[in-house]
Amino acid sequence: MNGYGDPSLKVESGGEGKLLSRLDLEEHRQWVLEKKSRALESKLTSIKEAVAKYVGEGSYLVLGGFGHVRSPMAAVYEIIRQGKAGLDVNAHPGCHDIDLLAAAGCIRRVDRAYGGGHEVRGLSPAFRRAVEAGEIEVVEWSNAALAWRFKAAAMGLPFLPCRVMIGTDTFRHSAAKIVSCPFTGVKICLVPACYPDVAFIQVHRCDIYGNAQIDGTTVEDIDIARASRRVVLITEEIVATDRIRDTPWRTTIPHYLVDAVVKIPWGAHPTNMPYLYYFDEEHIAEWLRMAKTVEGAQDYLGKYVRGVGGFNSYLELVGGARKLSYLKRLELYQVPLRTPWAEG
Amino acid sequence: MTEAYTPVEMMAIAAARTLENGRSVLVGTGLPMIAAILAQRIHAPNLLIAFEAGGIGPVLPTLPLSVGDSRTFHRAILAGTMCDVMEAAQSGYLDYGFLGGAQIDPYGNLNSTCIGPHAKPKVSLPGSGGGNDVGSLCWRTIIIMSHEKRRFVDRVDFITTPGYLDGPGSREAAGLPRGSGPYRVITDLAVLGFEENSKRMMLLSTYPGVTVEQVMQNTGFELKVSAKVGAVEPPTREQLRLLREEVDPTGIFVKRKR
Repeated sequence: MNGYGDPSLKVESGGEGKLLSRLDLEEHRQWVLEKKSRALESKLTSIKEAVAKYVGEGSYLVLGGFGHVRSPMAAVYEIIRQGKAGLDVNAHPGCHDIDLLAAAGCIRRVDRAYGGGHEVRGLSPAFRRAVEAGEIEVVEWSNAALAWRFKAAAMGLPFLPCRVMIGTDTFRHSAAKIVSCPFTGVKICLVPACYPDVAFIQVHRCDIYGNAQIDGTTVEDIDIARASRRVVLITEEIVATDRIRDTPWRTTIPHYLVDAVVKIPWGAHPTNMPYLYYFDEEHIAEWLRMAKTVEGAQDYLGKYVRGVGGFNSYLELVGGARKLSYLKRLELYQVPLRTPWAEG
Repeated sequence: MTEAYTPVEMMAIAAARTLENGRSVLVGTGLPMIAAILAQRIHAPNLLIAFEAGGIGPVLPTLPLSVGDSRTFHRAILAGTMCDVMEAAQSGYLDYGFLGGAQIDPYGNLNSTCIGPHAKPKVSLPGSGGGNDVGSLCWRTIIIMSHEKRRFVDRVDFITTPGYLDGPGSREAAGLPRGSGPYRVITDLAVLGFEENSKRMMLLSTYPGVTVEQVMQNTGFELKVSAKVGAVEPPTREQLRLLREEVDPTGIFVKRKR
């Protein structure tokens, strides 16, 4: 005894939120045994095929990055184009990515740490509208809780103990449980592991097998790749495997976790791809302006998503080479930032 | 002779002053970013700044727009993971946590999730983000909010982030780390703290030109008032210059009244 109290594991209380993702350890191991290739084999494909193959009706989806940093927007656009619906989405956080998915009616439920805002730019018009209309069901979490849910799954475990959400309505609307710890007797929060059906992760470079490097913060992406059944990488650049082998400590996602590799330079536009391009504030401002109404949001999707053939036509539409060069210089602090949404 | 300044500028500078040199801070989005960068430039060059997406110890040449963007790890000590930062907080490495919110109650509980019922809210807000984590795990939470009656309420619609919950001892009883909790509330009128015994919010000092009555009128609950309400020093010319010219030159966060 260490003065903490009764050392036995007791569930004290449980959140009322639904558990949206899978939680079957043996089923997951079996999936990994049968469906995940260990071989170095090319996984090159197109975003159209990857989305068609791996995003099903009602899939549990997670998008890598940080909501509007290194967000796999090319995947978001393709999911919308293919009219995927009834998705459960992990907003760990979600910002620009899930705002568009909400506008397109793709989302049924969210596990949310942060969803419904564009940080300093204000609230997400479309996501907010859908939640206020009761069209999207929200299960609440915190950022750390969701990060640890991925970590638990990455470890092949059913849950992790942690010290967040305790005592709050965030806990009450989650699917976590409070127990007294069998070692110390302290009350501790258990967050269930999150095993997503499919993850899309934007990376700086990878080889054709999916051995990937991310520059800058990896946020939760290493654990997300390990936790998800299907992993689709969208890469700025394809490199030779020798380059991966030159610095193996730089590999953030190894190939055996990866199911598909899609090369789309600028694929995170209009979000920030660290060291390559900064936010396209002009474009985000256009979305925020158009999305103020249901019709406007649909016009935006018509113009920039549904009505666009491929990613290159999209890049032309948002400003072409001139715009891209500006975003690159912006990222490298060579030109001053302009924020049209702040100018009223 | 002092220069004219806005209440929001005073708020940013007052928030910056609460941070100590040689300590660490987990910084949320918005004004907290301004305050942390200002502190680093004014009096706390050895302030360790951490952002929840994994950026630790950056040299911030310009203001980030997101707590995850590339600015948050520009020439940083570490560009890591969210777990790196949250686990540092859970282990006790992060001294201060900086937060905002839509509503706050007398015990410093914060709402950033919804106004109205959760199932069909009148206003749907973005949720906890890292807010709950900061308020649960950092030693001292500093809250930055605009001081309005509709925001300073007796009961928040939804407790997103824990303050002192129901009062003395309730954080510890619930299982939150011992000795953590809300420390200061910095508004556009005043600096507030929490009374030792009751854990209720208490007015500590007001900004130049602001009266105690004015603070009370803008608070929607019974506010404790320190026996000796202090006067916050106005910003110096140099502090204003740093804020306007270096930290937020385009006025993204600290809007200039025109």
